[in-house]
Amino acid sequence: MISYDQIYDVIVVGAGHAGCEAALAASRMGCRTMLLTINLDAIALMSCNPSIGGLAKGHLVKEIDALGGEMAKNIDATGIQFRILNTKKGPAVRASRAQADKQLYRLRMKRVLEQQKNLDLKQGEVTSLYFESGELRGVELQSGIRFLSKTVVVTTGTFMRGLIHIGLNHYPGGRAGDQPSIGLSDQLRVLGFHVGRLKTGTPARLDARSIDFTKLETQFGDDPPMPFSLSTERITMPQLPCHIAYTNPHSHDIIRSGLDRSPLYSGIIEGVGPRYCPSIEDKVVRFPDKDRHQTFIEPEGLDTIEVYPSGMSTSLPIDIQIAFYRSIVGLEQVEIMRPAYAIEYDYVDPIQLHTSLETKGVKNLYHAGQINGTSGYEEAAGQGLVAGINAALRVKGQEPLVLGRSQAYIGVMIDDLVTLGTKEPYRMFTSRAEYRLLLREDNADLRLREIGYGLGLVTEPEYAIFTEKQRMISEELERIATTRLVHSEMQLDVLASRGLGDVQKGTTLEHLLKRSDVNYSDLAELDTVSRETPAAIREQVEIQTKYKGYIDRQLEQIEQSKKLETTRIPLELNYDSVKSLTTEVREKLSKNRPDTLGQASRIPGVTPAAISILSIAIKSSSWKDTSDRCTQ
Amino acid sequence: MYVRDTIAAVSTPPGNGGIGIIRVSGDMAAMVGNAIFKPVYDGGLVSHRFSFGTIFDPTSGESVDEAMAVYMRSPRSYTREDVLELHCHGGWLVVERVLALVLSRGIRLADPGEFTRRAFLNGRIDLIQAEAVMDIIASKSESALQLAQSQREGALSKRIDDVRGYLLRALALVEAYIDFPDDDLGATDIAAISASVEEAQGLVSALLATFEEGRILRDGISVLIVGKPNAGKSSLLNRLLNENRAIVTHIPGTTRDIIEETITFEGLSVRLLDTAGIRHTDDLVEQEGISRALGKIPLADLVLAVFDASREFSKEDQMIFDALDGCRTIAVLNKADLDQRLILPDEDRFEATVRIAALSGYGIDLLKHTVCQQFLHSTTADSRELVVLSRARHRDALVSAEQHLQRFTNGLLDRNLELLALDLRGALQAVGSVTGQTTTDDVLDLIFSSFCIGK
Ligand SMILES: Cc1cc2nc3c(=O)[nH]c(=O)nc-3n(C[C@H](O)[C@H](O)[C@H](O)COP(=O)(O)OP(=O)(O)OC[C@H]3O[C@@H](n4cnc5c(N)ncnc54)[C@H](O)[C@@H]3O)c2cc1C
Repeated sequence: MISYDQIYDVIVVGAGHAGCEAALAASRMGCRTMLLTINLDAIALMSCNPSIGGLAKGHLVKEIDALGGEMAKNIDATGIQFRILNTKKGPAVRASRAQADKQLYRLRMKRVLEQQKNLDLKQGEVTSLYFESGELRGVELQSGIRFLSKTVVVTTGTFMRGLIHIGLNHYPGGRAGDQPSIGLSDQLRVLGFHVGRLKTGTPARLDARSIDFTKLETQFGDDPPMPFSLSTERITMPQLPCHIAYTNPHSHDIIRSGLDRSPLYSGIIEGVGPRYCPSIEDKVVRFPDKDRHQTFIEPEGLDTIEVYPSGMSTSLPIDIQIAFYRSIVGLEQVEIMRPAYAIEYDYVDPIQLHTSLETKGVKNLYHAGQINGTSGYEEAAGQGLVAGINAALRVKGQEPLVLGRSQAYIGVMIDDLVTLGTKEPYRMFTSRAEYRLLLREDNADLRLREIGYGLGLVTEPEYAIFTEKQRMISEELERIATTRLVHSEMQLDVLASRGLGDVQKGTTLEHLLKRSDVNYSDLAELDTVSRETPAAIREQVEIQTKYKGYIDRQLEQIEQSKKLETTRIPLELNYDSVKSLTTEVREKLSKNRPDTLGQASRIPGVTPAAISILSIAIKSSSWKDTSDRCTQ
Repeated sequence: MYVRDTIAAVSTPPGNGGIGIIRVSGDMAAMVGNAIFKPVYDGGLVSHRFSFGTIFDPTSGESVDEAMAVYMRSPRSYTREDVLELHCHGGWLVVERVLALVLSRGIRLADPGEFTRRAFLNGRIDLIQAEAVMDIIASKSESALQLAQSQREGALSKRIDDVRGYLLRALALVEAYIDFPDDDLGATDIAAISASVEEAQGLVSALLATFEEGRILRDGISVLIVGKPNAGKSSLLNRLLNENRAIVTHIPGTTRDIIEETITFEGLSVRLLDTAGIRHTDDLVEQEGISRALGKIPLADLVLAVFDASREFSKEDQMIFDALDGCRTIAVLNKADLDQRLILPDEDRFEATVRIAALSGYGIDLLKHTVCQQFLHSTTADSRELVVLSRARHRDALVSAEQHLQRFTNGLLDRNLELLALDLRGALQAVGSVTGQTTTDDVLDLIFSSFCIGK
């Protein structure tokens, strides 16, 4: 092995969505950083769907942006259709989603990395971690070079021992067209990590020229398109529609006829797949009564004829794939450009991580992204950001950043991962957040901008915009709480025309806004100052006023759980010495080794009684000596 | 908060009894035993063996009492800690003195319920079991015991789980519509969501409706006997008592005062309150007794109004009639073996009318049965199979769940799914707190401080 003559602060392995955020965060925080990846032409490549965001995922992207990450800016610059989902539902469950031009997305991210100070970008496959006298010191590459560093962030995605399945054929690959990563996961296993196997899949890419779009429903994006990033003024990319098609009973017969050659149903695939993202054969088998399944035909970019039929992933053999896709109305003549496939890969159970994403087993080693058993670009990016930040903080000798469950979806996700581990691919849902009403897309900046600024990831001008927004919100809240209706002629007219004749003189604007039949635009008609309020401020004032009761209830719950969340369990606690715990609970805790009582309480089977006992054990430190106390 | 020191308390009821038991729990239990108890057969205390000997004051060497002692080494004990029990003579002075000796060895007096709290915290019993233990101790009757035991066996937990199941199902639906707007789930099926919630609501309100019965099974009922002087109250009382020798308390008073007896009818604990005969009188003492009797009427769970069926309806009977306004009452027509002259003016206002002959015992069984029927509505007479709420904490949790569900129902019109989800989660949490899943330290403190000391 040849040792390179530089010692990096942070080495990031893998330039997927996790790796890019990790490398950018660490280098922006002033650390000498290197990003290593198998193929420099496949940086931030979207292995599956050409889109970013969606329910809970859009929330993650906005949080990444508020903290100073790159994903939101990248999709804003390369997005070709933007939509806000759930606009008819409440503000907490509205989410942004965008189609990306896949190649532009990748190229822009590469450019941002290339222009980043403190960051070296290199191609190469890491085959092992490098240790000196038991301490992690860097990584070794297939090419025979060793790079030294103080910390390592591993973000290898679906690549470790990746195995691609098409029908009964299978071959090694990290994703279609890419080499797998061999060796690294074996070493991790030797190091004592529990390494498991998961599976995921992707649909075929189709030739748009062979599709009759006149037979499909068209779905346009929002006009004007709303950007993800606080720093994006407006979307300038040309916008494209998606199309909706449906399978039919005939399609399902074709699927069934190929099941005997499905690697899944014939037992060749051992990895566990995502239940929320099933292949089409899964859908047909599990819901035999459903006579059609919907697919969005999504463009892969502006300058390409490749399109992506969402929800139609499969690992059936190629002949079945052709017949199946052609059974869909509008796709009768369709040509497959890249076949659908499933992939199995190694992941490392994240139960072996601290909430900082540092591994419990190896100091200065961090895991982020799909290696932790998650799936999805946004989930990967969120973890990558946190792992990069924490590697940098370690180098600087500072305490790690841990986002709470009441602070961010990123916090919920990481807490879920490290507390419960993963047995199937983990995806973010809004229902995973117990404080959903507080974790909205619209207030991601109010929740996290300060933290991003404190870390040095949010620039001064960006921060100035934020503090100005904060000031305007609190001033406007104050103003509507103290401004009263005087029942001028103009006001009486407006009230009457809105069917609000019952509103008393002297009612505050705040009071009025609380009514379910009044929104901020009504206020704007009633008083001249409201008219001037910028849209972002209106939105906050309206939400914070209307939902105050519910928001307060959630804040109260947070307060109640604070004690558990902030009580740390000593690292050296020997659960076997806490005699009063049942054997079952003791085993669970020994396996999970939660960082806090709050985490412990979320482990299934750990009863409230067990938590009381633990909290006593910690307080009295009696766990240190209960085993050898004298009984006379 | 529970600290792992050694505690002690008297675990027999206060007052002079046959024996008094002092219980010690914690690491110092054996040390105390060796310090103040001297077994007749030398060889020290052997775990789980009773030994006979003397309790002595180690400073003076003076013997305090003859006693039996048993030492139970952890974890095979009630608290799962080392436990020492000293069984001495029951005189209160002796018991107090032994306790003082124990405490002088550096041991703390137990807080109310602390032994059971430790058993709970040490994982020996779960929350509902802990509460059931308390009920078993407090059981005044067969039905209360059976109820407590059935709860210990998880009948209530099972029902609560059913409620959780429905709520979870509703929540799952709501969450699906929120998180998968682009998956063609169709329009939000509010009907399916609210149907599941209604099932849960049904179970919750049915459980809440059993609280009265549960309380009665647990605590028994009070039955007040009123009537004019010669209607046959006393013979009725004697008849009831003769057949039920299970007299638990007898608070004697002057004849003008209220006499209280506790007996069981068909497994139900009944506190019988016999009052002074109601009549017009100039005797001040007797007037006092009568007004006390009348004052008790609204407090009783049930009134037995005894009338002399062999006489016409009288002014005194009318006085009773007036006093009974709004009370649950059974009309007991005594002297059914004589000529019947009584015509009750408004028989419908009684829950039931029962004819008896107190002297011969005729109709007594029917009367007892009728009394029980007023309270035990369940189809099965075996309370072991009942699922009833009998604890205020459970009721409060379910009332809170009901409120969340009410808010859910009110919110259905707005169809704001994220708020509906919040209500469902609130309800789930409330329901979960019954089985101890989501309980907080505060709740635990409250539960255990209501335990009586020593158990
Ligand atoms: C076939 C397929 C189907 C998918 N389907 C879905 C889906 O339906 N829904 C969904 O949400 N997500 C899906 N995904 C997952 C999504 O692509 C990932 O979750 C996301 O890209 C993970 O990001 P990451 O940064 O963790 O890893 P990746 O984006 O996979 O990036 C890993 C990077 O690490 C590099 N690398 C790996 N090993 C080494 C090494 N030893 N040395 C140096 N570099 C290395 C690779 O070259 C790559 O650049 C799918 C992925 C695949 C491949």
